[in-house]
Amino acid sequence: MNPVWRWFHQLGSPPYFYRFATRWMPWFGISALLLTVIGMYLGFVEAPADYLQGDSFRIMYIHVPAAWMSMFIYGVMALNGAIALIWRIKLSELLFLSCAPIGAMFTAITLITGMFWGKPTWGAYWVWDARLTSELVLLFLYFGVIGLASAYDDLRQGARAAAVLALVGVVNVPIIHFSVKWWNTLHQGETVRIMGKSSIDSSMLWPLLIMALATKLYFVFALLLRTRSALAEQERGKQWLREAMVEAA
Amino acid sequence: MLQAESLTCLRDEEALFAPIDIDLPPGHLLVLEGRNGAGKTTLLRALLGLHPLTAKSLHFRGTDVLRERHALCSGALWLGHLLALKGDLTVRENLRYNLAIGDEDAAEDVDELCANLGIAGYEDTPTRSLSAGQRKRAALARLAASRRPLWLLDEPFANLDGPGMAVVERLLATHLARGGSAMLTSHGVLPITLPATTVRLEHAR
Amino acid sequence: MTALRPYQALLARDLRLAFRRRADLLLPLGFAVLVVLLFGIALGGTPERLAPVSAPVIWVTVLLAGFLSLDGLFRPDVDDGTLDQWLAGPTSIVGLMYAKALAHWLLYGVGLTLSTPLLAMLLNLPVDLLPVMLAALAIGTLGATQIGIIAAALTARLRRSGILLALIVMPLYLPLLIFGSGAVDAVRLGESPKGALLLLAAQTVLLLTLAPPAAAAALRIGSDNPP
Repeated sequence: MNPVWRWFHQLGSPPYFYRFATRWMPWFGISALLLTVIGMYLGFVEAPADYLQGDSFRIMYIHVPAAWMSMFIYGVMALNGAIALIWRIKLSELLFLSCAPIGAMFTAITLITGMFWGKPTWGAYWVWDARLTSELVLLFLYFGVIGLASAYDDLRQGARAAAVLALVGVVNVPIIHFSVKWWNTLHQGETVRIMGKSSIDSSMLWPLLIMALATKLYFVFALLLRTRSALAEQERGKQWLREAMVEAA
Repeated sequence: MLQAESLTCLRDEEALFAPIDIDLPPGHLLVLEGRNGAGKTTLLRALLGLHPLTAKSLHFRGTDVLRERHALCSGALWLGHLLALKGDLTVRENLRYNLAIGDEDAAEDVDELCANLGIAGYEDTPTRSLSAGQRKRAALARLAASRRPLWLLDEPFANLDGPGMAVVERLLATHLARGGSAMLTSHGVLPITLPATTVRLEHAR
Repeated sequence: MTALRPYQALLARDLRLAFRRRADLLLPLGFAVLVVLLFGIALGGTPERLAPVSAPVIWVTVLLAGFLSLDGLFRPDVDDGTLDQWLAGPTSIVGLMYAKALAHWLLYGVGLTLSTPLLAMLLNLPVDLLPVMLAALAIGTLGATQIGIIAAALTARLRRSGILLALIVMPLYLPLLIFGSGAVDAVRLGESPKGALLLLAAQTVLLLTLAPPAAAAALRIGSDNPP
């Protein structure tokens, strides 16, 4: 067996995952925190003000990475949902469930920062732009997944039902995005754009990339943390869990 | 008809009852015994693919059920606690629909079936206005009409009076005589005299 | 045609059950009229103010009215054991979902579409917009039914589903609403509604291929652990 594949197989076993998460979680957490501090400093202090938007563009350093994460996490979540449905792997169900609140948080951050950025840029908190509207729909998809999963008495059934919904969402999000774009051209002539030219000075680009990396690391940290506690809850009373907890302490 | 080795149902990946062996040849009756919650109902559902199970081997008329989880669906007729009758439809409509949905031939005359089951004259009554026992008989009419070789009956005597139980026994006798088999659950003494093998579900461990 | 027998039987049963309770069939229509009444009052009731918004209001109203019927789509079949019999039988669940969706669309989609002239009259919809409105609604409600059966199947075994059902269904309705009311808008602005109608139809076709299998998968999920 290919070593990478074997590692994935091992990771699928609850005791292995539990130990893996316990060992690596702090590293992901600390590096995410460090990179966030560096990225924030570079973005909010070092980077020069934009000649068009002044200082308000700086909210981009939160808005853009959060928007990337909101979609990236949806992809990870849907992938785990598909694995949970097809192979019924318990750990995938938990990973799937743990993705949803983190993704919802990033989506909410995207929307809130987008509104605060919109006010000075377009003069309104909310414009019916294709990307913002799709983000709002994405937020409701996350809420739907969370709500459906928690409405089931049985955790595993809830996870699988919500996974079906997440996969339906995968098909629908591009359609929604496209339809809102189409609707925009019909009603507003031209789509409103946040960033003017895509050429962006490197002093403005670096903080963005650092923040993007920081959010990725934070996601892994939060995912490991949530999945680990969900696993401990689900497997409570089992021998391996007691041993692993003693080891960790 | 149905052979199983070390068969048990799973709940949260743990065995629900101590593994059992089943050997049910054509023309025979098997009774599943066990206290409430032992897993009798779950076992019937699991055989039909509605619940996870595990076994060393499990065969239905030569098909490996462990590989083809829905192998029993076309050859078995299942009657559960819920009768799957629509209160707004008449006995006749319910029966016709139930036979059609399983794509079974309904050669028998509905009036004759109802007469056999002791609900003659109720053919065109909505099942909502029938008593619990009469509804049970209406559901049993499906057994009388069916040609499926294996019957899985969950508490077939519940809600029935003496003559009703005799009707079930007669249906079973005819079915077995035709070379069919049946598996039924019970938590008490069976009110019938047909020869039967008994399998008892005991606690796991 | 014997291969279709189980599906025809389910379609016939659903239609028959609905007509046994004929009065219930009028409830969505009554609801739609009430929503239109609220909008009419809130918008001041003058034809000049109503005409430009009448098409979108009708669209939203029809989607909401159809939504109300979703909770009852599978719940009775779960409660009386019918669903378990489907799952334990030899008949394709995906096929049964098609029959179920067709019955629902015939009862609510077509029913609500046919009642739009009444809603259009109340809202002063310009008469020349009515044909495109009817065409868009007929296609769009078929798509909305497909979204509905997924959501209803996912929530069928839950004790309560109301607000959750809305949370699942409404975001997915969005593209249907956009192209549906877009087609009517195009005619209002003197353009051809063809593009919007085609996109609406394309979406409905996509939903028709994806939704019944998804609903079938959703219905299987709760079968282990009977109530």
